[in-house]
Amino acid sequence: MLTRRDTLAIGLGASALAALPLTASATPVDDAVAAFTGGAAVAEGGVTITAPEIAENGNTVPISVEAAGATEIMLIATGNPTPNVGRFVFGPGSGSSMVATRIRLGRTQDVMAIAKMADGSYASTAVEVKVTIGGCGG
Amino acid sequence: MTDVRPRIRLPRSASAGDSIVVKTLVNHDMESGQRRNSAGETIPRQIINRFTCEFAGVMVIDAYLEPAISANPYIEFEAVVPASGDFVFTWYDDNGDVYTATETFEVS
Repeated sequence: MLTRRDTLAIGLGASALAALPLTASATPVDDAVAAFTGGAAVAEGGVTITAPEIAENGNTVPISVEAAGATEIMLIATGNPTPNVGRFVFGPGSGSSMVATRIRLGRTQDVMAIAKMADGSYASTAVEVKVTIGGCGG
Repeated sequence: MTDVRPRIRLPRSASAGDSIVVKTLVNHDMESGQRRNSAGETIPRQIINRFTCEFAGVMVIDAYLEPAISANPYIEFEAVVPASGDFVFTWYDDNGDVYTATETFEVS
């Protein structure tokens, strides 16, 4: 005999199960950040992203990143199906820790840049880019 | 992929030891692997996954690219030119092809 109390308990159990995967595994963005930093602390600031506030065409969004003293910069599109955009390593012949490129954005989202500094520390910043027409799939 | 033609833009002149802006572009579809054709099948990924630039044998930039880089990947960066020498640009395609371009740069 299934009482009202039993049904309630079953329902609660099911919702708890459904919630589990969310808390157990990190988001793809967290994974991408951790893969780059190896879990080290990331400071805010020290990185400058230049991107349009509104991108009409998500297929090609001009973006420029600069971080004085960085040896590596990682770009992450937090709202794309695959967040990784690119990793730029500055060699000894580099003139400044700056790179400009054009990227695809699937929808309005934050674009994040993480810089690895010469002393091994990490710094990051993020800017929101509004996308009118998405650049993924189609 | 039809013929790949890299395009490089360097400043006209620079003094020894200057930092110059280098602009590069290569025509490539950068097929992301996310798109489907009219039959509903996924079009396999084929992108430029790495780009490097060296000046006189010294690494300037080494870039690892993902499908989120737009078609015809454009990369702009700065390089130090201590003396006259050759820039060597290399693009690595998913299919194993490697495209290179060389530009001689004279400092004044």
